[in-house]
Amino acid sequence: MKDLLTASAGTMESNDCLMIVSESDQLTIDLESIVYLQFKDQIEKVIRETLKEKGIEKLHVHCQDKGALDYTIKARLLTAIERLENMR
Amino acid sequence: MRRSLLFIPSNSPAMLQNADIFGADGVIFDLEDAVSISEKDAARTLLDTFLTMYPLNKLEIIVRINQIETSITSKELEKIVSDRIDTIMLPKATKESTLILLNQLRNIEHEKKLTKKINIIPIIEMATSVLEVSDIAKVERVNGLLLGAEDLASDLEVPRTLESLEILMPRALTILAAKAHKIDAIDTPFIHKDDDEGLVKDAKFAKQLGMNAKACIHPNQVEIINEIFSPSMAEIHQALRIIEAHERPENIHKGAFSLDGKMVDKPIIDRAHKLIEKAKAWHLL
Repeated sequence: MKDLLTASAGTMESNDCLMIVSESDQLTIDLESIVYLQFKDQIEKVIRETLKEKGIEKLHVHCQDKGALDYTIKARLLTAIERLENMR
Repeated sequence: MRRSLLFIPSNSPAMLQNADIFGADGVIFDLEDAVSISEKDAARTLLDTFLTMYPLNKLEIIVRINQIETSITSKELEKIVSDRIDTIMLPKATKESTLILLNQLRNIEHEKKLTKKINIIPIIEMATSVLEVSDIAKVERVNGLLLGAEDLASDLEVPRTLESLEILMPRALTILAAKAHKIDAIDTPFIHKDDDEGLVKDAKFAKQLGMNAKACIHPNQVEIINEIFSPSMAEIHQALRIIEAHERPENIHKGAFSLDGKMVDKPIIDRAHKLIEKAKAWHLL
């Protein structure tokens, strides 16, 4: 069985998020946030739009959010994806 | 116009999103020393995404890249150079590396069809940089020189002291080169972030030597630096008097005239206009 590659970007510091992406045969988003109730939908929207821009349909995304704004969520996801691509 | 330039680490969202609230005339988004090698990719993506989503129109946007000799620089410039930034700050500058940067900027601006030309601030922080400072200053697009005393002291193999005698000559040479080419002389940051008294002394001395501005490493330093590098109310008042006296019918066509028993001629009138221009830009008038 082939090992699935995983990459990450970001930190657990305030205003940041830790984004972990893993190879997958489907698109799944797993979200933890200190502002989950208020911003769950917005964070997920940023993640989905970023994946769409990159043309990615299959990936497991695990986001541990510490109050990151949209640009940080997008940037950390882009870096994690780039790191995953560089591992291939 | 510059008085204070604040360094902001480019991989810190908490610092990035507050970059424009501290009152600095410009911010230096740092991709070099403030970012570890393993996080360079994350920092340039974070900065690029930040500037795309939050344009900072009222500040000079400066990006300190890594040394031109490293393989990281091309990736950085490709990602970061855009109409959203004003200036690239070049560490360990030499005449050769400044010219290489100029050519890279021209190519990227052409490829990306930018509407502006990106300026360059070389950092004078090696013995070689000091010896070449006048040649560096005259490279096209260089509109300021930053003295980098910490790295320079390492290169000179001397300890950095509060008195800064060890950088007296590099400071003076940086100022002379900047003034000779009509660009800004920007002083090295004062790294003792909790020593306000030391900062005041250091900044006043730098201004006395001829520095126009000073870089800072902590937001708390901005206010002190702005105050020291701004014209005082007495200076503004005197400049206004000189301009008013010059514009009187009896003086307007004279090469020199007398005010308060002192001769006023073209260099003094020019200096008064320059001072008033700065005072207006910084809302002191």
